[in-house]
Amino acid sequence: MERKVAIFRKEHFNAAHRLFVPGWTDEQNLEQFGKCSNPHYHGHNYELVVKVTGTPDPRTGYVINLSILSSIIQKHVLARFDHKNLNLDTQEFAHLNPTAENIVFVIYEILRKQLDASLDLTVRLYETERNFVEYPA
Amino acid sequence: MVFLTRIEHFNAAHKLYNPEWAREKNEAVFGACANENWHGHNYELYVTIQGEPDPDTGFLMDVKKLSEIIKEHVTEKLDHKNLNVEVDFLRGKMCSTENLIIGIWHQLEGQLPASVKLHSIKLYETPRIFVEYFG
Repeated sequence: MERKVAIFRKEHFNAAHRLFVPGWTDEQNLEQFGKCSNPHYHGHNYELVVKVTGTPDPRTGYVINLSILSSIIQKHVLARFDHKNLNLDTQEFAHLNPTAENIVFVIYEILRKQLDASLDLTVRLYETERNFVEYPA
Repeated sequence: MVFLTRIEHFNAAHKLYNPEWAREKNEAVFGACANENWHGHNYELYVTIQGEPDPDTGFLMDVKKLSEIIKEHVTEKLDHKNLNVEVDFLRGKMCSTENLIIGIWHQLEGQLPASVKLHSIKLYETPRIFVEYFG
């Protein structure tokens, strides 16, 4: 009988960003994004929760080795985004507004490529304690 | 004596970078925090005052008024700002959490009613790193 189990790994990264549409005036950006459009940037402690769902391997009892999952997140996500300016220092957001919605989707796409196709993946991202997103929805 | 704490928060960008030093030395001392394009944090601020409850109100002070003082003199100057570039009371200072908490103390000192005293400030830069200051 297939017994699916979800396993979670929490990580975090600190980054600066700015929300704006390049073609808009400062006034339009201010109206849409408020103080998040500050041209001098602001920043967050992002908390990342990665959920992997699958059937435990009958030999090891693991859905995925958490040490390996942690290394994948470290190498492919944190190394790219931690202590970075998302707008200026990353290829992913050079032309994509770094909203929480877009960041969680980008992280999902990055991690999906690294995980076995038999495993389901859900990514939750906290921008603040009170604002968070999840993908897929 | 009663201690009363108000918690506020702000999100800001900063970098740890001494302009007197070469980039290599900044990177050696401050590591990833020296990124020239900034990074950022969700800061949590705990402001604690001390005093005796007023016999008429039972309050040390109106906590809503305390919140307004913190907003006007601290969080409105820091929230969604670049600490190195946009904050008058940090100009010319290194934007470490240590210097930030001292700056916040001086912003609040003198703004409180004479019946209470600023006891301490606690400032979280991340859930795992915080500083405290007692003046």
